[in-house]
Amino acid sequence: MTEMTYRDALNAAMLQEMDRDDSVFLLGEEVAEYDGAYKVSRGMLERYGERRVVDAPISELGFAGLCVGAAMAGLRPVCEFMTFNFSFLALDQVINSAAKMLYMSNGQIPVPIVFRGPTGAALQLSAQHSQACEVYYAHAPGVKLVAPGTPADAKGLLAAAIRDDDPVAVMEGELLYNVRGEVPDGEHVVPLGVADLKRSGGDVSIITHGKMIHVALQAAGQLAHDGIEADVLDLRSLRPLDVDAILATVARTNRAVYLEEGWPFAGVGAQVASLIQQEAFDDLDAPVARVTQADVPMPYARNLEQLAKPGAKAVVEACRKVLYLA
Amino acid sequence: MSSARTEKGDAPGGVAAPAAQGGPGKGGIAGFSREELHGLLAEMLLYRRFEEKAEEAYAIGKIGGFCHLHIGQEALAAGAIGPLRSDDQVITAYREHTQAIAKGISPRAAMAELFGRADGCSGGRGGSMHLFDPSVGFYGGHGIVGGQIPLGAGLAWAIRYRGGDQICLCFMGDAAVNQGAFLESLNMSAIWRLPIIYVVENNGYGMGTAFPRVSVTEVESRSGACGIPAHTVDGQDVLECYRFFEALAEEVRGGDGPHFVNAVTYRFRGHSMSDPVAGTYRSRKEVESQTKERDPISLLRDRMFEAGLLTPEELQAHDNRAQELCADAVDFAGSSPTPDPATLHDHVYAEINDRGRLFLDGRDAERAATGGAAR
Ligand SMILES: Cc1ncc(C[n+]2csc(CCOP(=O)(O)OP(=O)(O)O)c2C)c(N)n1
Ligand SMILES: [Mg+2]
Repeated sequence: MTEMTYRDALNAAMLQEMDRDDSVFLLGEEVAEYDGAYKVSRGMLERYGERRVVDAPISELGFAGLCVGAAMAGLRPVCEFMTFNFSFLALDQVINSAAKMLYMSNGQIPVPIVFRGPTGAALQLSAQHSQACEVYYAHAPGVKLVAPGTPADAKGLLAAAIRDDDPVAVMEGELLYNVRGEVPDGEHVVPLGVADLKRSGGDVSIITHGKMIHVALQAAGQLAHDGIEADVLDLRSLRPLDVDAILATVARTNRAVYLEEGWPFAGVGAQVASLIQQEAFDDLDAPVARVTQADVPMPYARNLEQLAKPGAKAVVEACRKVLYLA
Repeated sequence: MSSARTEKGDAPGGVAAPAAQGGPGKGGIAGFSREELHGLLAEMLLYRRFEEKAEEAYAIGKIGGFCHLHIGQEALAAGAIGPLRSDDQVITAYREHTQAIAKGISPRAAMAELFGRADGCSGGRGGSMHLFDPSVGFYGGHGIVGGQIPLGAGLAWAIRYRGGDQICLCFMGDAAVNQGAFLESLNMSAIWRLPIIYVVENNGYGMGTAFPRVSVTEVESRSGACGIPAHTVDGQDVLECYRFFEALAEEVRGGDGPHFVNAVTYRFRGHSMSDPVAGTYRSRKEVESQTKERDPISLLRDRMFEAGLLTPEELQAHDNRAQELCADAVDFAGSSPTPDPATLHDHVYAEINDRGRLFLDGRDAERAATGGAAR
């Protein structure tokens, strides 16, 4: 184990995979000469040269499509979006090309591509730069989606995503890049579709993904002061979704809260809540609660932004509510 | 002139317009009268001081998020927006503080927005990248590279649709010409002969990428494929810019269709407040030589000194005035209230329907429970 930042863990995953497979390359804005807008690709240009670490023009639709085309030809592109907000320009190629190519071609043309970059809000970046983009991707059959919340998962999930033969979106977090944690040395791959119980409690299940696991753990700490012990289940992977792990925690606690950074309408929590009520209705002692961003575009002003973001306080309240303590 | 600056909406534009026929009168330069020259100098000083104040405020955490300064590029705010009519329209990207002021947003309202306060021109919701005030013809402040380009075409479309004689000035950075929306927008503007001037603020870099690394042709060549006339101007020479845009605005107003301007300029600061001024992508030496030799304010100042049209005392007076206005803007912003938390859900929709639930975060249910309208 080595302690490193989430940023360096992502970097380590790309080195691990690029060392073992020449068909893997990194393309995106500022990834080469500038070492990445968030320095995730530091040193990679020097190590692999311009053939494999490529600065793209600000042409998201074009370069995402180019990467999809390269994947159709058998390469394994890692297509970096400076942030997933900008990937909205590229969604046509993600949804209309990458997600459907294998199906339309009757299985003849796989698209082994990774789309990666930060999703969600950082600090006061305002409406166009603070969006949780998970559901746009998870909605489309044909796309897989992971959202690592720790350095170890960042390395392991990105590596698995690169090895996967389907399009995989790897959603990171700007506020996660400096987070430090222990990361296994040597080859480290975390399989897609396996959730991780980040905290074992037993009274209530906080289910979440990505950056929000830290908010969930904070809330769990506060609940513990009042003698309430929460499970914190980190899905890690939204598609494939580890349904067994979800059902197991609900069977143990009989109460679930889904926490996510995005908006409520058709959010990840809506899907998970629907699944729980379908498959674990008899286990439930309370309706599944959800904690999301306020249903507004992210405001700039600090006080409004704080109000709009889902925080530990709201999670604690939701947990108390499903425990009928509120 | 900045001394005659009034609150937003009162002045015909942020920049007092030099008389159109300002011929080569006694004691002018290149057809600009003494008064006009002083006006442009004062205006650019105001922009510079405003950005410096923003820089200071950012450093002490009064401004957050991304903040992109226009320092070094001020001649394009004064020289391209200055000649416009107050009912003409401007739309631009996120490096827009001075352009907003040039179009008539007060330094107070702009600074308050940067501070995220209720009296900001976007009520504190937008921040540095999203200044808006359609009442002075300023349509923002857009954060997605190239996102404003089709919007500009739409503004111009609406002008033509209504039979107006206004024009739209649509700014973008050099890196934005690589967005697909750029080509699509220019083509539509050309086929429909929209009254729009596209202005590329060509500062040579998109973040850390020099333009030649992402294009094998010059910026100027990019509009040719759509049949839109292209021009290149010295974006550091405010007098050249002013005369050029003054004439071009009238041509476009007269029905000449879209035009495309490559304005060559330079960014004196880092891409945003969180980026270094120089680095692997450009040398400190390059930046120093640009700031020394190509500062739009020094260039005008020196020409005025040489022509005997400016004394050190007058320069000092202009600068004092600019600093006063900016200090006042900071005071105003600092004492403006933070937005009322109760307004969080305001303006998500223009119309709150009587039936059905618009917000899914529990807010409507809460309101109903407390007896308030489920708005
Ligand atoms: C679609 C999109 N991609 C990437 C970004 C991140 N980004 C913000 S500014 C910028 C560089 C733009 O450069 P340019 O258009 O030349 O304008 P300048 O900053 O030089 O004024 C980039 C890549 C963005 N905001 N939007
Ligand atoms: Mg530029």
